[in-house]
Amino acid sequence: MSYDLAIVGAGPAGMAAAIEATALGLSVTVLDEQAAPGGQVFRAVESASGDPALAGEFLDAGGALTASFRGVTTIAYRPSSTLWHLAPDTGALSVKAGGASSELAARRVLLATGAQERPVPIPGWTLPGVMSAGAAQILLKTAGAVPQGAVVIAGQGPLCWLLAVQLLRAGVGPLTLLETGAGGALWDAFRAGGLWTGRRLLGKGVALVREAKRRGLQVVRGVRDLRAEGDAHVQAVHWHGGSLPCDTLLLHEGVIPSTHITRALGLDHDWDARQLCWRPRLDPWGATSHPNVAVAGDGGGIGGWEAAVASGRLAAIDAAHRLGKLDAAARDARAAAPRISLRSALSLRPFLDRLYAPAPTVLAPADDTIVCRCEEITGGQIREAARLGATGPNQVKAFLRAGMGPCQGRMCGTVVAGLIAEIRGASMEEVGALRPRAPFKPMTVGELAREPQDAAA
Amino acid sequence: MFRRRPEARPAPRDRLVDVYVAGAVVRVPEGASAAAAVLLSGAPAIRTTPVSGAPRLPYCMIGICFDCLAEIDGVANRQACLVPVAPGMRIEPQQGPRAARPHHNAPEAA
Ligand SMILES: Cc1cc2nc3c(=O)[nH]c(=O)nc-3n(C[C@H](O)[C@H](O)[C@H](O)COP(=O)(O)OP(=O)(O)OC[C@H]3O[C@@H](n4cnc5c(N)ncnc54)[C@H](O)[C@@H]3O)c2cc1C
Ligand code: FES
Repeated sequence: MSYDLAIVGAGPAGMAAAIEATALGLSVTVLDEQAAPGGQVFRAVESASGDPALAGEFLDAGGALTASFRGVTTIAYRPSSTLWHLAPDTGALSVKAGGASSELAARRVLLATGAQERPVPIPGWTLPGVMSAGAAQILLKTAGAVPQGAVVIAGQGPLCWLLAVQLLRAGVGPLTLLETGAGGALWDAFRAGGLWTGRRLLGKGVALVREAKRRGLQVVRGVRDLRAEGDAHVQAVHWHGGSLPCDTLLLHEGVIPSTHITRALGLDHDWDARQLCWRPRLDPWGATSHPNVAVAGDGGGIGGWEAAVASGRLAAIDAAHRLGKLDAAARDARAAAPRISLRSALSLRPFLDRLYAPAPTVLAPADDTIVCRCEEITGGQIREAARLGATGPNQVKAFLRAGMGPCQGRMCGTVVAGLIAEIRGASMEEVGALRPRAPFKPMTVGELAREPQDAAA
Repeated sequence: MFRRRPEARPAPRDRLVDVYVAGAVVRVPEGASAAAAVLLSGAPAIRTTPVSGAPRLPYCMIGICFDCLAEIDGVANRQACLVPVAPGMRIEPQQGPRAARPHHNAPEAA
């Protein structure tokens, strides 16, 4: 099958882009690994609709966006379909679905593959019972499930507060938030500005904090040196000056763009020193360094779902222009509204980025901490490799296998680079990023063998 | 260990599916993943690591960490957090070296 525009990801960015591009006369397909639209933020919103713990933005905004997306029946939506290879020059997408692989062709490709949570390497984070905060939220959204017993959320960022409220509404307890923010960060953050333009978003945050406290959330501030302990399962969390027994420990230090595919394609990336992550280099329309490929949503830099919607629309408008459906004047006129909402959605970012800047140990953890979960390689081993001459994550991979396991460095890549930068006194740009290769996701022999012969059928 | 909240998500709105985790039957809402089934089952681990044999349970639930690799319906090394449950599905924990490194089996794509 051949389309004007193939969109990878049915989160807010991908859904908004698909709606806009279809309205502008493009033929559009949207593929997503998940069985239903929504992305990470609105994951399973259609089936979760009666759950009181998820009331608010998730059900309201998420439900409305997903319904509009479903309403445009001319979009060729392919759920449960994973992009595992992309040839940008020819626009050939290799997709695995239902145990087989097939090919699609598109004149332009929009990657709206979103973000991942920043890995939080602390001693003991590989123990069963320790997981990311987003993982617990996915369980609530997709299964209505909550952790039993004593639960601790450790880290920082808006998602910690949102999850705390959702878990408390769902009857979880006792629940404690160990906030890792540095003292004084608030004043620094105030100076970053954006508070007036961002007052609506700030109000949302304040309301969450109030509800969490009203529902009995225990909060410990200024936490550092986190450590999970237990024998085959987490039993306690320790930090500088305290400890708590717990059955589930949920870690969170913000989200970072998922750059696995964009890096594998060899697109230009920049190190974002404010958000401490790699991001693909984009123009104001989301166009990348490859003429046929664009990126929208959190995959291009963290902005949250409202920014993802706006950037998805902008990328769709640009696609329509490039494919001859809109002249430059019409493109610019159509872009005015999403540009305003993008600016408003991003207004609070400088404040949030300063307020929730992760501690240096998140990027360069102590020697005894496992950094590469797949191959069980510690911070100390990576520092040693850097001292012995490994200048970047690709060399460390050759020395130690870090980044060679099944996750292909999705978890350890940035931390490995952070450790090398520390030892060699180099910048993240000098150290560079892992260069992953296709397949983006592991393929079984069966999936490859069952590739249909008539690829463009 | 995780629990469902039938009070908030009553049947029949939430349809339930029976699957097997290490042979034990677990009731899971339709649309949830095999990794969710493991966490609801209370199984102590979904796999042990090839290097040290340490137990693991799913960490990210969105396909990033690969700590949920399990044998599902006889196929090893599947990312359980990306596989929706189906009636009668069999999810088996993977032990040590059996948790092979799938990338190295896959031919390099063109
Ligand atoms: C676990 C998690 C939970 C979050 N929860 C919240 C929240 O509650 N509130 C909030 O404001 N923000 C939340 N965020 C932040 C979130 O990044 C943004 O709010 C928003 O989801 C970004 O939208 P997006 O469209 O850019 O990407 P996403 O919503 O992440 O959508 C990306 C989509 O791409 C699909 N995809 C990725 N790779 C492939 C592939 N190779 N093939 C096919 N499909 C693929 C994914 O399945 C996903 O559906 C969360 C982030 C994470 C990682
Ligand atoms: S739990 Fe992380 S990949 Fe499945």
